[in-house]
Amino acid sequence: MIMTLYDELKKDIRYEEGMKACINCGTCTAVCPAAAVSDYDPRQIVDLVQKENEKDLEELLKSDDIWRCGECLSCKTRCPRDNVPCYIIQALRALSVDKGFFIESEQGRRQLAIKRTVGDHILEYGYCVYIDEVTNEMYPEQGPVWQWMRDNRADVLQRLGASYKQDKAGALRNTDKQSLIDLQKIFDATGGTARFDKIEEASARYAAEHGIDYSSGHDEYFNKTYNGD
Amino acid sequence: MKYQNNESWEKHQKEIANDNYYLARSCIRQNFFPAAEDLFMKIIRNDVGKNIFDDPRQTTCTGIAYHSGVIPFETTMTVVARQFALMTEAGFENFVCSCVTSFGIYSEVIETWKQFPEKEKEAREILKRTTGMTFEIPKNVAHTSDLIYKFRNEIAEKAKFKLLNKHTNEQLKVVDHVGCHYAKIFPERGVGGAEFPYVLAGMIDAWGGAQVDYPERRHCCGFGFRQYLLKSNRGYSVANSKIKFDSMQPYKPDCIIANCPGCTYFLDRWQYVIAEMEGITYGENGMGIPVLTYEELAGLLLGYDPWDIGLQVHQVSVEPLMDKLGIQYNADAKYKGLNNEDLGQPVKPANLQV
Repeated sequence: MIMTLYDELKKDIRYEEGMKACINCGTCTAVCPAAAVSDYDPRQIVDLVQKENEKDLEELLKSDDIWRCGECLSCKTRCPRDNVPCYIIQALRALSVDKGFFIESEQGRRQLAIKRTVGDHILEYGYCVYIDEVTNEMYPEQGPVWQWMRDNRADVLQRLGASYKQDKAGALRNTDKQSLIDLQKIFDATGGTARFDKIEEASARYAAEHGIDYSSGHDEYFNKTYNGD
Repeated sequence: MKYQNNESWEKHQKEIANDNYYLARSCIRQNFFPAAEDLFMKIIRNDVGKNIFDDPRQTTCTGIAYHSGVIPFETTMTVVARQFALMTEAGFENFVCSCVTSFGIYSEVIETWKQFPEKEKEAREILKRTTGMTFEIPKNVAHTSDLIYKFRNEIAEKAKFKLLNKHTNEQLKVVDHVGCHYAKIFPERGVGGAEFPYVLAGMIDAWGGAQVDYPERRHCCGFGFRQYLLKSNRGYSVANSKIKFDSMQPYKPDCIIANCPGCTYFLDRWQYVIAEMEGITYGENGMGIPVLTYEELAGLLLGYDPWDIGLQVHQVSVEPLMDKLGIQYNADAKYKGLNNEDLGQPVKPANLQV
């Protein structure tokens, strides 16, 4: 039996929890930080999704709209009917990646840059963020104090009592090999690695079709999706 | 009629364990405020007299990747199960995490397992198969700010300073910024709930300061996960922080405290960016409004040396706050390494006074 997009969406517990019955009051949009600074409108998205039109859903999954939410979950607190637009967005994003639809939108394509930063950092360092990867070039808002700290990080972190590059408890320590192996095995068994692979494979296809250099790390495709140029 | 909002807060309390905590560190705090978690542990151990364990085998909860859509919830649930297994192996029952995103994640996983027991079974089976580990669900899950809140009066008793301007003897005006995932997802898991989050305001009250009740007090700092992580989307983040700064500035706050690692970072760094891009500064004399974590503020009041607790790695200078508090500090030692080693100095920003 062929599964429809809605069949698959409804299997996601985030969708089950997030979609009750929207009354279109717009409270979510009123409180939404994304709506405050862009054209994003969670009310419209929830209303469209609850109408259960397969063609409209596919179009939505290929659009920029589902990628504009910041997942602050302010909408969960405020919805008078216990819908959670953010949970619906999480389920839509998962389905968009699973179906390879995410490369149809500029915002969706940017998942590659996130996968290659925080995603890969987890399996390399044990944490989403690691000082060696946070350059002022990639994060200019870090400012001159960060530049000074990063340039002198061995000394500054020692001064502050961190365990940078050391095999002992403390901030910024080396994550032990067994813990990293555990994480990799968990990612392999739970779909984390599979999602990483889907993001890479679909991005590689898009890059080949559009003549963009694609290999690994900070290649041309990464820079385009990270910087937006 | 005076608005008695503190009475509303008192109705919304949560249970916070009294001792013996397993600490889970934060991805962001370790990097951007690398002394904060160790200061937290010093306060809990030395000033409050409680037991807390810092496990070298812990990892991320994966929350930032999960909320950016690059990993499935099943992965997050199983990594969380591994963290609980480490806590169980170490002999602890009370889990305290240093990140507000993590606090939301741990709460979400536990609530999900209540609603969908098959998901807990699945996480247990996968964890056992992949790592051989088993776990107990913590009896108590708290955020590190919950503990400082719980022991706020003990800290006040030991404090060398109060939140008073030593020149005028007026209460210092403190903005509290509570991270969205602290109580907006599961209001019953936060002190004061989502409507009246008292976790930071309670510290301000106990330590002698005055709360700043400004219009955008509950607005998100603008992290937005994938919106900040991509340089191409970062306008979302700075624009939301600016909404807050513009709203709080008329109240002339003396400092901001935040309980979320990301919020503390954004409210510090975006002031620098807005100053450099727009020439707008929010503090006095072209400076910014100092932004501190809750334990950094506790540390200052308890008399810790500001450069031992990492205040030199904030982009917005904290000296105006210390001057008002009457705290003596060695300005020449600010950027020194161990044993007074000369490490040079950061370049001065063009607009933001430091």
